Amino acid sequence: MRVLLRGNFSLWLGAVLTGALLLMAAVSLVWTPYPPAAIDIPHKLAPPSLAHWFGADALGRDVASQILAGSRVSILVGVVAVGIGLLFGVALGLFAAFRKGVAEDAIMKACDFVFAFPALLSAIMLTSAFGPGVVNAIVAIGVANVPIIAKLTRATANSALAREYALAARASGRGPVAIAFDHVLPNIAPALIVQATIQFAIAILAEAALSYLGLGAQPPQPSWGRMLSDAQTVLYNAPRLAIYPGAAIALSVLGLNLLGDGLRDALDPKLRARRS
Amino acid sequence: MTLLAVEDLTVDLPAADRAVRLVDGATFRLRAGESLGVVGESGSGKTMTALALMGLQPPLARVGGSIRFEGRELVGLDEDAMRRIRGDRIAMIFQEPMTALNPLVRVGAQVAEPLVLHRGMSRRAAGAEAARLLAHVRLADPERAARAYPFELSGGERQRAMIAMAIGCSPRLVIADEPTTALDVTVQARILALLDGLRAESGMALILVSHDLAVVAGHCDRVAVMYGGLILESGPTDVVLRRSRNPYTRALLEARPEPGAPRGARLKTIPGSPPHHRDVGPGCPFAGRCALTLDVCRSARPPAIAFAAGHVSRCFRAAELEDAA
Ligand SMILES: Nc1ncnc2c1ncn2[C@@H]1O[C@H](COP(=O)(O)OP(=O)(O)OP(=O)(O)O)[C@@H](O)[C@H]1O
Ligand SMILES: [Mg+2]
Repeated sequence: MRVLLRGNFSLWLGAVLTGALLLMAAVSLVWTPYPPAAIDIPHKLAPPSLAHWFGADALGRDVASQILAGSRVSILVGVVAVGIGLLFGVALGLFAAFRKGVAEDAIMKACDFVFAFPALLSAIMLTSAFGPGVVNAIVAIGVANVPIIAKLTRATANSALAREYALAARASGRGPVAIAFDHVLPNIAPALIVQATIQFAIAILAEAALSYLGLGAQPPQPSWGRMLSDAQTVLYNAPRLAIYPGAAIALSVLGLNLLGDGLRDALDPKLRARRS
Repeated sequence: MTLLAVEDLTVDLPAADRAVRLVDGATFRLRAGESLGVVGESGSGKTMTALALMGLQPPLARVGGSIRFEGRELVGLDEDAMRRIRGDRIAMIFQEPMTALNPLVRVGAQVAEPLVLHRGMSRRAAGAEAARLLAHVRLADPERAARAYPFELSGGERQRAMIAMAIGCSPRLVIADEPTTALDVTVQARILALLDGLRAESGMALILVSHDLAVVAGHCDRVAVMYGGLILESGPTDVVLRRSRNPYTRALLEARPEPGAPRGARLKTIPGSPPHHRDVGPGCPFAGRCALTLDVCRSARPPAIAFAAGHVSRCFRAAELEDAA
């Protein structure tokens, strides 16, 4: 890990920011300064103080508590949506790469078709058809991840399969599943990890956008996107109510993107060889 | 006893407009313990022939003709049955030992793999057997080699490891596709000597693919000379080398450096360059570069003409070439 981190500033900063995001979610599970959804009208729009670090919103809810608890939805959506993308994307991509021919063409055409709808747009379609909520948002964002991962898997698997060791493995009698697990996946894992990190960031952004539009997390579940839309009505009186969740979203996305870039450099054997 | 009988083997690959024939009517036989050298310039279809024997042709390629191995027809055999033959009854050694070993897996585990797969050995037993195999191919420090990753071994050591992996299940046929091309000359000689020794002790047959006629001459009982997907000449090594009945083989022989030639003497070259498989017309693929071309050479595939001792030449003028050498 030391070796990986040395001289790789974006990996370092990305890991710290992402670590902070995970820590916030973990802490919020056991402790928040106040119950995040507790309404306290006397303290509405309270400025930042020792009692309310980030102040309170228009209903007197503690902003710090909501920021902490809101990270959970972001992470949940990110993890599950990327998980859906990886599970189906890797399977489809590998199938296409191993099968070639008509199956490969068909899968890639289908991916192009899904890919043609922006994730946010299909999420809006899905949530307006099946009702708003976190689950539908996750499914929509996850489905949008599938073609991206599938295309990447197919391309990298094809180049791994073109390597002589994949042919040598077939020549020693191994079947496609064994070759996929032993020879293809380990060699394409770095590319998948990097892409998954970036899709994670995109998923967080998409969740915030959906919640902002009222299609994602529903009250009383705290969410950064909904905090933003709540802040809109009092934007002139208390702009800080928009700044805190905005900064949380921006820093999370920045952190994950830096982490992805940093991993790309760290896992690239050519760059790694030059460093060591 | 005939181990392998290949009859009129063809490999077609669909291209944009029509199928291209990468291997055209290859026919040869191999007895147990015998070695066959396949020579030819780059792109002549040597690798494609070797892959077709193992059922490893590219996914969309179509294989025709007949491959009988140990009395069993391999063309059209289902993938499961073929997989049980690969690595067990027929093994393959590749040209580039750096890329033919998985860079992320220890050498010992890779050598052990076919034993686990075909012999049902436990990983532990196979690992012990792998160390024994690595010693058998005369790796200096087999224990170290087993624990090493491929990049920690030299090219020659890696090729020995590949050979250990190939012979693990005592295959009856080993196909070595240019096993020494990537190695320097002294290592090359030792690897070829190792293959000779293994063949002598185990009675396996060997198909040695090479673009170097000298390598094949020194190590093979029989040779097949390929050009443009066609086996232009085949037969016992000394017959083909000394009484060739094919203009292409003769051109190859003349292009070799003469043992007693003065330093700096120019080698004979074959004018022109080998055809791309898309340019191969209906005639003999060598017609465009051959000094003896007739009109018929450009319009029809030369027939296989058989001479004594299993010597076969595909050339319209094979009979005329008898004493010219
Ligand atoms: N996967 C493939 N797809 C399409 N064409 C191929 C493929 N592999 C080989 N070919 C073509 O088949 C022909 C024969 O190739 P092959 O690899 O058998 O030649 P070779 O005699 O082994 O040459 P070399 O000495 O360079 O290894 C070549 O023209 C090549 O371009
Ligand atoms: Mg080849």
